[in-house]
Amino acid sequence: MSNQPKPSSNPVQNNPVPQAQRPTPQAVPKPPQQPTIIDKLFEELQKRIKVTTRKDAPNRGTIIVDRSQLVEVAKILKELGFDHVKTVTGMDYPDEEKLEVIYHVSSYEHPEYSKVIVALRTTVSYRDPVVPSLYSIWESVWTGERETYEMFGIRFEGHPDLRRLFLPDDFEGIYPLRKEYKLKKEGIFIDEQQAE
Amino acid sequence: MSSRPSEITISAEGMEVEIIPVEGEINVGPQHPGSGHMRIYVKVNGDIIEDVDMDVGYVHRAVEKLSEIRTYMQIIPLVERPAILDSINMNLGYIMAVEKIMGVEVPERAQYLRSFAAEVNRIASHLYGTGILAIFLGHSTGYMWGFGDREVWVEILQALTGARLTNSYIIPGGVRRDLTPTIKEMTLKAIAYQRKRMAEWRRIFLNNPNIRDRLENVGVMSKENAIKWGAAGPNLRGSGVNYDVRKAEPYAAYDKLDFEVQVYKEGDGYARTLVRFGEIEQSLNMLEQIIKEIPEGPILADRFFKMIPPARVKKWWDGMRRVVFPGYFASFRPPKGEAITRVEASRGELVYYVVSDGSATPYRLRMITPSYRSIYVFKQLCKGSRYPDLVSIYGSLDYFPPEADR
Repeated sequence: MSNQPKPSSNPVQNNPVPQAQRPTPQAVPKPPQQPTIIDKLFEELQKRIKVTTRKDAPNRGTIIVDRSQLVEVAKILKELGFDHVKTVTGMDYPDEEKLEVIYHVSSYEHPEYSKVIVALRTTVSYRDPVVPSLYSIWESVWTGERETYEMFGIRFEGHPDLRRLFLPDDFEGIYPLRKEYKLKKEGIFIDEQQAE
Repeated sequence: MSSRPSEITISAEGMEVEIIPVEGEINVGPQHPGSGHMRIYVKVNGDIIEDVDMDVGYVHRAVEKLSEIRTYMQIIPLVERPAILDSINMNLGYIMAVEKIMGVEVPERAQYLRSFAAEVNRIASHLYGTGILAIFLGHSTGYMWGFGDREVWVEILQALTGARLTNSYIIPGGVRRDLTPTIKEMTLKAIAYQRKRMAEWRRIFLNNPNIRDRLENVGVMSKENAIKWGAAGPNLRGSGVNYDVRKAEPYAAYDKLDFEVQVYKEGDGYARTLVRFGEIEQSLNMLEQIIKEIPEGPILADRFFKMIPPARVKKWWDGMRRVVFPGYFASFRPPKGEAITRVEASRGELVYYVVSDGSATPYRLRMITPSYRSIYVFKQLCKGSRYPDLVSIYGSLDYFPPEADR
């Protein structure tokens, strides 16, 4: 139950705020009531580099970076104590002709950061789907980057072994996890004579 | 014999072994004996492994792609399929992500039942893994014992959920069936049985000199390497890292249960096996606690329970303590949003990332299983070890190919 996102942790403080004055999420930081781990982390991060951050939940955060900043931000996160990558996720947005790479990073050893997961997101266009590999910073991206490469066609520059992983060598066609790769839905077969 | 240079002759208690430096490649698999449904391309020098190339994907089910055309309820059996012996945990992580997007509160009793099912499943899965490890090491009795003891726990799962494997027990907002006195009694009997068996397991397996020789100092993973390579679960804890999702980010009823995280610092195959045995014992304790402490109450969130027609509530819930699906489950549309959840599955940390675009199917489902994360660990661990240890390392990691391929 502790995982459920709670809209407001302190109803007594939030209720008296009139509707019109309610701060929008991005514009004003929340009143200084118990800064969470994520707040402290973002504060620490902003001191070192200017990036867009978003708090999704008390223990979840998002950092949106340009791909030129990706390695630098990853290095800072590693120095802060984020020691491994949980997933490397590709996303396809066909309407905008864009691909997104999301690294979900967390920590095994840091007592506080092991409680949070931070998403490091960067976007590339269809025409130039190249992202610098984070293998030199976190070796645990090895599998995820290889899979994202074969499924989305995103090239990770600097990955030591960027080959197909799950797909057979003779697989042809569109990258399977892109949205233009359509799956056919099977209908339900009913033998009407038998049914009667 | 004495004319050979000393580097290539190893003297071992009166027996001289010649190492002939021959380089070559050995193809292991993809048929089952000793490899799983995976081809391992081993580059050897003599009998020392220089590198392994993992050819995974033989049991790839395209879970992430298929989820694009399945409704949220249809995905439950889909995500269970990769690890049918650990299906409760596979199911739980996914449902937690869906609940997070929908903002559903799960009743207390259902949380305890989730932990109950997950711990029963953990015992069954660890016994399965031990059985496989035993047969890899040529210990056929351990194989039979592992699968025999597992049967007891699978029977409990069957009594609770109605299915031996692929239980589909956990649904958004709660669970499907309630714990009955018969199941409680069965479980208490099984706990007593398993405790007795653990002593026998120690005698025949853990303290067996053959097994110790095959596992001790084999596939040693230092703490730094375990973190660097992103190992998960018992493999991580066998290398001295105190990380368990059940403690780091408690879910279900784990914040109310008392248990110890099993950590061994040696990092070899034996330490990983000891972690699994320790976890079985912790799970037995937890099951006892759950049976004692489980609160009375509903097993499905009120907002879904109210949607079930009264006549069906009377028949199924009042009569048999079961929940039938409300029609809403057939094609519900969660609001736009995304969620990332982690649970401690039997083999380690399981991560789900679900993105909803407001339609009846997820926009993206990312499923990272513990065995998936063992792919790189296995590749690195094999380097420099001897060829006969390949299966020992493989078994001690409890690598499960369908789970890794998804």
